[in-house]
Amino acid sequence: MMLLQIATQAHPLAGTVAKWVWLLPLLPFLGFLINGGISLFSAAHVGPSDPDMGHGHDDSHGDAHAISEAEDHGAHGDDHHAVKPHRYAGIVSIIGPLVLAASFVLAFMIFTTMRSVDMTTPFIQRYFSWMPVGTLQIDAAIQLDQLSMLMVLVITGVGTLIHIFSVGYMREDPGYPRYFAYLNLFVFFMLVLVLGANYPVLFVGWEGVGLCSYLLIGFWFSEKANADAGKKAFIVNRIGDFGFLIAMFLLFSNIGVLDFAGVKAAAPGLAFGGALVTAICLFMFLGCAGKSAQIPLYIWLPDAMAGPTPVSALIHAATMVTAGVYLVARSSFLFSIAPVASLVVALIGGLTALFAATIGLKQWDIKKVLASSTVSQLGYMFVGVGVGAYTAGMFHLMTHAFFKALLFLGSGSVIYAMHAAYHHTGSHEDAQDMRNMGGLRKYMPITWGLMWAATLAIAGIPPFSGFFSKDSILGATFERAGHSTLADASLFGIPGSTLLYLIYVFGVAAAFLTAIYMTRMMIYTFHGPNRTGSAEESHLHEAPWVMTGPLVVLGVLSVVGGWFNLPAIIPIGKIGVLDGWLDPVVGEATRRVAEAGGEAAHGASDELILIVVAVAVAVAGMALAFARLKPQTLVPASQSPEEEGFERVLAHKYYVDEAYEAAVVNPTYQISKRVLWRGIDAGLIDGLLVNGSSALMRGFGWVGSRIQSGAVGTYAWVLVVGVLAVLGAVTLR
Amino acid sequence: MTHDYYPLFYTFNFYFFGVAAIASAIAFVTRKSPVTAALWLVTTMFSLAAIYILLDAQFIGVMQVLVYAGAIMVVFLFVVMLLNLGHPSEIADARGKVPVLAAALIGIALLAEIMTISRTHIEPHFAVAPGYAVDQLKQYGAVGSVARPLFNEYLLAFELTSVLLLVAIAGAVVLGRRKDIDAS
Amino acid sequence: MLAESLALSAVLFTIGVIGVLTRRNAIIIFMCVELMLNAVNLTFIAFSRYYGAAGQVFVVFVMTVAAAEAAVGLAIIISIFRHRQSVNLQNINLLRG
Repeated sequence: MMLLQIATQAHPLAGTVAKWVWLLPLLPFLGFLINGGISLFSAAHVGPSDPDMGHGHDDSHGDAHAISEAEDHGAHGDDHHAVKPHRYAGIVSIIGPLVLAASFVLAFMIFTTMRSVDMTTPFIQRYFSWMPVGTLQIDAAIQLDQLSMLMVLVITGVGTLIHIFSVGYMREDPGYPRYFAYLNLFVFFMLVLVLGANYPVLFVGWEGVGLCSYLLIGFWFSEKANADAGKKAFIVNRIGDFGFLIAMFLLFSNIGVLDFAGVKAAAPGLAFGGALVTAICLFMFLGCAGKSAQIPLYIWLPDAMAGPTPVSALIHAATMVTAGVYLVARSSFLFSIAPVASLVVALIGGLTALFAATIGLKQWDIKKVLASSTVSQLGYMFVGVGVGAYTAGMFHLMTHAFFKALLFLGSGSVIYAMHAAYHHTGSHEDAQDMRNMGGLRKYMPITWGLMWAATLAIAGIPPFSGFFSKDSILGATFERAGHSTLADASLFGIPGSTLLYLIYVFGVAAAFLTAIYMTRMMIYTFHGPNRTGSAEESHLHEAPWVMTGPLVVLGVLSVVGGWFNLPAIIPIGKIGVLDGWLDPVVGEATRRVAEAGGEAAHGASDELILIVVAVAVAVAGMALAFARLKPQTLVPASQSPEEEGFERVLAHKYYVDEAYEAAVVNPTYQISKRVLWRGIDAGLIDGLLVNGSSALMRGFGWVGSRIQSGAVGTYAWVLVVGVLAVLGAVTLR
Repeated sequence: MTHDYYPLFYTFNFYFFGVAAIASAIAFVTRKSPVTAALWLVTTMFSLAAIYILLDAQFIGVMQVLVYAGAIMVVFLFVVMLLNLGHPSEIADARGKVPVLAAALIGIALLAEIMTISRTHIEPHFAVAPGYAVDQLKQYGAVGSVARPLFNEYLLAFELTSVLLLVAIAGAVVLGRRKDIDAS
Repeated sequence: MLAESLALSAVLFTIGVIGVLTRRNAIIIFMCVELMLNAVNLTFIAFSRYYGAAGQVFVVFVMTVAAAEAAVGLAIIISIFRHRQSVNLQNINLLRG
């Protein structure tokens, strides 16, 4: 690997600690190898270490398998599942988080080095030639710039915390080494995704994280619902990947290069807003919509909650699902010259933000609420990168990683406590249904406090992190609506300016709904009377410190994360740090969209009004939730009546899954069954081609056996006729 | 050879033996009795031997008489007589009218094709000077002119024919052996 | 005399073919094959005047093969006759699998 390394020409990072950048992804891969080896070894030597199949009576949410109290095993005489930690849990607990922590430390060292040098071009390391095909030269190369550094820090930082949390959360699971192997592999692929220097390498990571997502959603694959959820995520993502691949093909066939530097250099040569660059960007966005759960491909993400909760936190909230946002920001040089495509991105993002927020209003499963919230927040990010405020989108990506990871891990703590309590009493209630919770504040004060911090952050209350990032997106949208290349473009005959104002309204409405459903979640979970039942109440308690510790760190980040990019109007610290940091990567594209020079469409007073509006909306939402929701009237899930009217529509997520089932899945299944299987496979291939050719051969054989009469005289006749034919051919030549 | 000096006599001889060969060949295929047919075939072979000699292949002509007409045909006659193939069921062996007609048609077609090919597709571009065969004869004699290529270029093939003959002898002995005699 | 020789050879060969096709007596068919071989020999001899004595060498080989063939073929016919009391091809379909 190192032997083939080509020295980069006098880059400021050359010769510094950045030369170890290849260790970043390799360390998690090493962890994957070790943990995977342990998993395979132990599986081969003690039999299947997966959850036993024999307790379908357990709750449908697989988390239950993970959680049980080792010290109390046997107290109730139940034969639930193996509650002793895995044989090699000790070494796995060390290796799994350690490789991530090492990776984070290295990333931080590189980060400090990058801060100390003036770096305007990406640091590209080529290791070997991967696909030299004709004019297409694809290297296995790593590109380190400010954008990928930000992603690496988020991935390894949040990833480390979630790995540590997992040690507590998953410790008693029989598949513990397998879990950490997958998790490490995921981080490896995620780092490949953000560090790749060209689209194909990025795509390897893109597909790799999809694989790990599939593996981890279906981690408790012995239950069909979980395995189905994994398959759903995988298949829906394939639709998106199709778009991504088409985008790459278009890039190659029209530009001839696929590395970021080459495409960036060639991008100005493309026609501004032309059909080609618009098509490339739209196809690329289709890939993003699949990976980042945007309309119409968002349906897999709520189901992905079937995986362990730390997985939801890491993959389906903090990192993988933001890969689409990263891709758009990474391809900002393309999107900034495709205003129509950018408008589509922003519009889809805005619609998704609003749509998913309404779904979140009526979900009872605590993780489903968070899943809807994630979809909604991803929509915000796409609004950001869609309107050309790439820094704002990445900023929200970062803060969202903090507070959403915190929310998921906090919900993990809650589920852990709930399940432990139910396990003690042998009850089989749903440990994830908020109707079964309530009043947890007094049992889990730390989790309560931290979750509130995260809720305030996501709702957009200053000075919590989400406020700043969300505000910068909404502010940028409003500003672009007044004056930008997007505002001058139009989509379906509607002027871009109108659309952008509409998207802004969507964003504000989504923020309002976000405040409502998050407050609702907090009220139902932590406030009001306890609905677990008196027997369970005594067993509710805070999770161990190995789980609470990461929560505290994330809580701090959720509060202060927004201060990394303070707007000029709130100068409580250094202003626009992230703007300055990402400027070498996305600055040019941002200015191209904003049409530098035509500023001052909105003054500081406008900005202040926007902020006031945003805060007022958030506060109003929370106030409304506090005023209208009555946790006292809730009854546990098993006694709850079905919702009525529009509430039922919301609870069923607008029946989109059912609609897809009827419109896409079922026709595909029926066509596969009737046409492809019965018609083509069984009829044409088996019937006509396979059996038909054998029947033909049998016919030939029958004819041949008739000819082979054994009568030599006949043979002589045939021979002479043959000679005649051959001679005739020669004669008539 | 003498045909250079007596062209008319040579031409007469050639056509005489050619017609004799064709006539006796026709007689051969039309005779019902195997013995008669075999004798007509012997006549054909003698005629051919004469034509070989007219074509300056005296050695082959002699071999034709000795090997074909002498040895091989004698073996045939011997077998015919050994098996006593004279009785009526064996004699009436010709096929019906339709096969004969078809065979005649095929024969005419075959003849036409062969003639066409020999006239249009075979260019007698001479590898050796005209009169080369006569010179060879004068220089090496009738036997020597055949023996020289036989024992030089074709020595290996010649040796292999000895193996072929050995195998054929062994095969003939095995096939012709009577099982019941062996058993006793 | 090349053209005449080739014509004679063609006629003799065709007569041999017709004999093979029309006769049923295995020995006569055998003799027809010998006639065809002789026709070929005549071609060799005719060409040997123009291409050197190699043609005559081939005639020697053909004669050798014909002798071997006669020996084996007749032995086969004899052994068939012992089984079937006939050399009529209609009664011989031993090749039938």
